[in-house]
Amino acid sequence: MGEGASVVPQPPPLTPALSQRERGNRLGLMLTVLFDGVAYGMVLFILACGLAVTLGLMNLVNLAHGAFAMAGGYAAVVLVNRWGLPFLLALPLAFLASAVLGAVLERTLYVHIYARSHFEQVLFSIGLVFIAVAITDYFAGSQQVFVNVPDFLRARFEVAGVSVGAYRLLIIVICAVVALAIHLVLAHTRFGSRLRAAVDDPRVARGLGINVNLIFAVTFAVGSGLAGLGGALGAEILGLDPSFPLKFMIYFLIVVTVGGTASISGAFLASLLLGIADVAGKYYVPEVGAFVIYCVMVAVLIWRPQGLFGRVRLR
Amino acid sequence: MRRWGEWVFWVVVAAAYFLLPSRSMLIAEIATTALFALSLDLVLGYAGILSLGHAAFFGLGAYAAGIAAKNGYGDPLLGLALAAAVAAAVGAVTSLLVLRGSDLTRLMVTLGVASILYELANRLSWLTGGADGLQDMDVGPVLGRFDFDLGGRVAAAYCLIVLFLAFLFVRLLVRSPFGWSLRAIRGNALRASAIGVPVNRRLIAAYTVGAGLAGIAGALLAQSTQFVSLDVLAFHRSADILLVLVIGGVGWLYGGLVGAVVFKLMQDLLSQLTPQYWELWIGLLLIAIVLVGRERITALFRPHAAPAPAE
Repeated sequence: MGEGASVVPQPPPLTPALSQRERGNRLGLMLTVLFDGVAYGMVLFILACGLAVTLGLMNLVNLAHGAFAMAGGYAAVVLVNRWGLPFLLALPLAFLASAVLGAVLERTLYVHIYARSHFEQVLFSIGLVFIAVAITDYFAGSQQVFVNVPDFLRARFEVAGVSVGAYRLLIIVICAVVALAIHLVLAHTRFGSRLRAAVDDPRVARGLGINVNLIFAVTFAVGSGLAGLGGALGAEILGLDPSFPLKFMIYFLIVVTVGGTASISGAFLASLLLGIADVAGKYYVPEVGAFVIYCVMVAVLIWRPQGLFGRVRLR
Repeated sequence: MRRWGEWVFWVVVAAAYFLLPSRSMLIAEIATTALFALSLDLVLGYAGILSLGHAAFFGLGAYAAGIAAKNGYGDPLLGLALAAAVAAAVGAVTSLLVLRGSDLTRLMVTLGVASILYELANRLSWLTGGADGLQDMDVGPVLGRFDFDLGGRVAAAYCLIVLFLAFLFVRLLVRSPFGWSLRAIRGNALRASAIGVPVNRRLIAAYTVGAGLAGIAGALLAQSTQFVSLDVLAFHRSADILLVLVIGGVGWLYGGLVGAVVFKLMQDLLSQLTPQYWELWIGLLLIAIVLVGRERITALFRPHAAPAPAE
């Protein structure tokens, strides 16, 4: 793990054919970068939206969120590569695996640290990360692994001069559907309003007969499951190895802090911005690449500690 | 700790140096870690600033001393001074970022600053050696007389003496009105400002001093091992030092020192048993400490401990 948190994932590969054939077509290239950036940002959103709720709303500093994503990614690897399940079937199963893991850990461990100080939550979740890294290393080895993506997802086609990868298109579609579903659940269902009530004031919510513990547990499990789904979907473009939770910890935290905690759409916009900025930065100015996002993050935190899209909470 | 207890502690430390000459390298490592933890204690335990990137200053100090030694300025004390100055300067600048915001913001900013420095050290390979590490350091003899030997006798004595002097300095600091004002800020910044404590100035000062001390610790590591790698800036170093401090006790002068002894001995022992799964033990220990509560574990040993930083 000597590489630490600052190791930055490789930029998603762009079509080599494109840069040769259409060297002059800058607009097409730009749109392709934009497209890849959107796909990347969408994955980041699915990965981080659970954290946006647990950290942003439930005020639980869970640095181990990436571990659930890694669990989902490795679940997909085992299901597809070893058991030969179809990739599209493995995705919901990866969601389930991480959700179950999240539910179990929430009931056994996390439930004890909701009320602790941030300092203790940091220590606890770093401990979980280290354990996850060591266990994954033990069972799967330290090398990078890949999910066998079916051939029809490896295809690329062109839409109006923009090279579109089928896999990235699938990512965007799935993530958009999930994001919309999350928004609808949070904003328009009874569960969503109960969750918001439980977050705003747990005591009063309990007084109204809302089972706050259950709501938190379900939310945590779903958030972990979504991270697992993101890990399975994103394994192809983010890279999957035991140090995944550490590598991407800062990305998740950026999404949550830049997006602010007021709404899920803030996290969504922040993910898209981060994804596009990261892909474009690494493609156009590879020599500065990684600095851009860190500097942007620090600048945003200084400029608006509540996040770009946040509003000041009254608590 | 009572006064006689402090005497006993340092006598034991000196005795360890003289009675265990074969473990000199380990003693030097422990002293370096202890100084690093002490610097974090000033920032976290006394000033209450939650930092997830304290290795930034440790690494800066290591690189400052290492690059100086590589370019012909091999005098160790000069290296220490340089490391302290560089780390403190960066600490002073970044302390302005730390002043704003909540725990979470501080966590992110400190993590971000450390990540930026890691990337910088990685990219500026003409200066730092990049991923290969900084080699060909030429560290001169301490005070012009004591050359660093292979067995680490000089390194151990050097690190222990620097640690002792730094410890005396911090002890003086936290027992002064300055130290008490830090604790007041940690307890409640608003009330501290109401009784006339200049909160921001005090936090800047504490963060700067903490950064400078961490820089000295980094320089000690660079000089005693004659090598600096990117590892000095890595995230796990910031996490490890948090654990060291938590083992010993946050907000307690001897916390970092005791923690460093326990941590390094444990590392030494476990890395002989299961070298590759060190992280697993660290993780289990962190979780156990949080769930069981360090107070309950160590209450047996020191009944009059200072409480951990309140939120």
